[in-house]
Amino acid sequence: MKPDDFTVEAAVNGNLNLADLRMDPATLAHQAVVAEEGGNPQLAENFLRAAELALVDDEDVMALYEALRPHRSTAEELEALRTSLETRGAARCAELVRQAAAVYARRGLLR
Amino acid sequence: MDDDSDRTADRAADLDQGRMRILDAKPVNLDGFSATNPDLGLVAMASPFDPEPSLVITDGVVVELDGKSVDEFDVIDEFVALYGLDLGVAEEAMAMDDQTLARMTVDFTVPRAEVVRIVAGLTPAKLARVVAMLSPVEMQMAMTRMRARRTPSNQAHVTNQLDDPLLIAADAASAVAYGFREVETTVPVLGDAPSNAVALLIGSQVGVPGAMAQCSIEEALELRLGLRGLTSYAETISLYGTEQVFVDGDDTPFSKAILTSAYASRGLKMRVTSGGGAEVLMGAAEKCSILYLESRCVSLARALGSQGVQNGGIDGVGVVASVPDGMKELLAENLMVMLRDLESCAGNDNLISESDVRRSAHTLPVLLAGADFIFSGFGSIPRYDNAFALSNFNSDDMDDFLVLQRDWGVDGGLRTVPVEHLARVRRRAATAVQAVYRDLGLADFDDERVDAVVVANGSRDLSPGDPKAVAEAATAIEAKQLTVFDVIASLKRTGYDAEAEAIMALTRERLRGDQLQTSAIFDGDFRVLSKITDPNDYRGPGTGYALTAERRAEIDAIRQERTADELTADQAEHAGHVTFTDVETARHGSDPREVCIGLSPAFGRSVWLSLCGLTVGEVLRQISAGLEEEGCVPRLVRIRSTIDVGMIGLTAARLSGSGIGIGLQGKGTALIHRRDLSPLANLELFSVAPLLTDRMYRELGKNAGRHAKGMAPIPIFTGGTDESISARYHARAVALVALEREASEPGEPPMTVRVAR
Repeated sequence: MKPDDFTVEAAVNGNLNLADLRMDPATLAHQAVVAEEGGNPQLAENFLRAAELALVDDEDVMALYEALRPHRSTAEELEALRTSLETRGAARCAELVRQAAAVYARRGLLR
Repeated sequence: MDDDSDRTADRAADLDQGRMRILDAKPVNLDGFSATNPDLGLVAMASPFDPEPSLVITDGVVVELDGKSVDEFDVIDEFVALYGLDLGVAEEAMAMDDQTLARMTVDFTVPRAEVVRIVAGLTPAKLARVVAMLSPVEMQMAMTRMRARRTPSNQAHVTNQLDDPLLIAADAASAVAYGFREVETTVPVLGDAPSNAVALLIGSQVGVPGAMAQCSIEEALELRLGLRGLTSYAETISLYGTEQVFVDGDDTPFSKAILTSAYASRGLKMRVTSGGGAEVLMGAAEKCSILYLESRCVSLARALGSQGVQNGGIDGVGVVASVPDGMKELLAENLMVMLRDLESCAGNDNLISESDVRRSAHTLPVLLAGADFIFSGFGSIPRYDNAFALSNFNSDDMDDFLVLQRDWGVDGGLRTVPVEHLARVRRRAATAVQAVYRDLGLADFDDERVDAVVVANGSRDLSPGDPKAVAEAATAIEAKQLTVFDVIASLKRTGYDAEAEAIMALTRERLRGDQLQTSAIFDGDFRVLSKITDPNDYRGPGTGYALTAERRAEIDAIRQERTADELTADQAEHAGHVTFTDVETARHGSDPREVCIGLSPAFGRSVWLSLCGLTVGEVLRQISAGLEEEGCVPRLVRIRSTIDVGMIGLTAARLSGSGIGIGLQGKGTALIHRRDLSPLANLELFSVAPLLTDRMYRELGKNAGRHAKGMAPIPIFTGGTDESISARYHARAVALVALEREASEPGEPPMTVRVAR
């Protein structure tokens, strides 16, 4: 759906639902370019991670967040999570999980 | 010698100093003040245990950061090393000495973009050192030029102790009317959160659309409400400067990174929260300074890809303000955010002191320098209703804030709102929520409740109502998993078309994503103002943000402002209570008992009421009666050519048979003069007209009589005052003086007049 399809009439008729609130990954990719050009590559990186998460269900996003909180996951669980993200095309999120697993092991933050 | 020392030896009773008792009772002495103690982290700008700045990069990888090698990195170091630094510029930046860098932040001939580029390569310890070199005024200069958005803005807290949704909506509508562009709620009772979010969303779109709304609660639940479109931004994603406190907060930088991206993936604006003192409160500051730990937080915020930071006086503000340089450290926190090219939501949202002087001193530098948001929560509701903590400014400070904007000619984002407008938007917001809650089967609030909410100062003005109603409404919102689209449809069904359209526009714009860029707000026409669309272009005096004529007028037109005509309107109510008739051009008197009373040009002609509230007729009657009690004879002389009370008195004295005269202005200023004195050297002066009484005017008359008879006068003591006479009365005095000037007839001789009542 395009932003212009978001009308009060469509809401009254029940034509809009939760999934429609996810961003279009292309929009986030565009915002990443704007952020990069504006001199903030970290903000751009965030938008690119967000573009990956835009395709992920709410519950899976919540689960990913939960898995990265301290003492929630074993090394194996994080590795499984990383693989599954990579398979779904979420390469940047997968890399974040890989980095987390390494430092969590060193700092005693695994389950 | 011995006798001398006996006399000056401490007497226990002498230690009970009257002035010290007054000081002891002042509010500032309710505040706590800590001795500097680096072991506990009680040190503001620099601790002997802060690391030396360092950065070693090998093959494009950070292997040493601020004195720690890669194998010693904690989670914060790790994340900053992985994502936070621009390694392309780091070598150049870290090689620059602190003073050169500090000067660069202040020197407006160095482009903002150049400062941002260099700072991106500075480690946390290095940036803290650079900022610590600045004086408070230099920090303000740096903030003025380094904040990301050109136009300053402001954020409000909207909460109440009952979580009453009608009151939340009405207060949100009030807040956006005042000009707040972000409104933030939270809950005393977690379960109520979905209801608060819905009420805030509706209320925040009444009157002026486009304000963003937030419900600050536990991070997972907050995200869930955002995913359903019920909020449009988030800022309570907390960061801490030490690993221990971070983990105690049940997160790591990696989980926060996912949270940050999760918000962006649903079009929700977000910023993180840090703010000094938290690590000290949690007993894990690792002996480091508050500034250095906060610098770690700000570096981490940038590394996470958060567009902004809320800091500079958050929950740990009392700790920071308790140590030397504390307030300066809080200002430095805001500046570090701006230097890292992030949105600054500048704190001020926690009451820093019991002292009005100190709390104003905390906020003023930010207001003058400007920030993306001056407050990260101005308490738009009464202190007791603030479910966060008391803010540094609250609803009863609104007039003070509006006056401060006007005093300094600066934009703090707010404006005066006529009471009629407040009444309208509060009613509309409360009835909209009443209608939607009925329509969606959430709760049934009656019309009496609406009436009470419209006029309420806060929840203490409301009956508790059904204590379960809000909880049940919140449960129903969760059970039905209501989304923003359900709220929009319900508003439309119940006839609140404008609010339905506004929330839909907000949702539509959110999906375009422009509001995810740094420092974004929507204006009332849903235009995004951000670092991208409204960049700070300050390059020295005469550049950067300036008030438009329209905005200037909005700031100037406080509700207490009066024109000279308005200030003198009450004069007309007393016009003609006495009449003066010209007798003849005044001649020199010969009766040694005669005392002339010189009247100013407007006295009893256009000025009828003196500043102390007595009519001019009564003032004159009292003075004359005093003279008569001493057996003297008053003669009234209109002095037409001057409005100066000294000259009026002296002229009267020269005409008077006794050589003693009284000068009297319409506003009530009075003096006794003698013919051989110079104009400014009068015998007795009542300069503070607002404090005078009928009795004092009579005493003045009596003293003039005693002078005339060559007797010693009896001093008249007014007793002094605690009032700010100039603040209270000078606007009115100026208006009365203008009437005197208008009535004066330069060159015309004094005229003897007769009074009739």
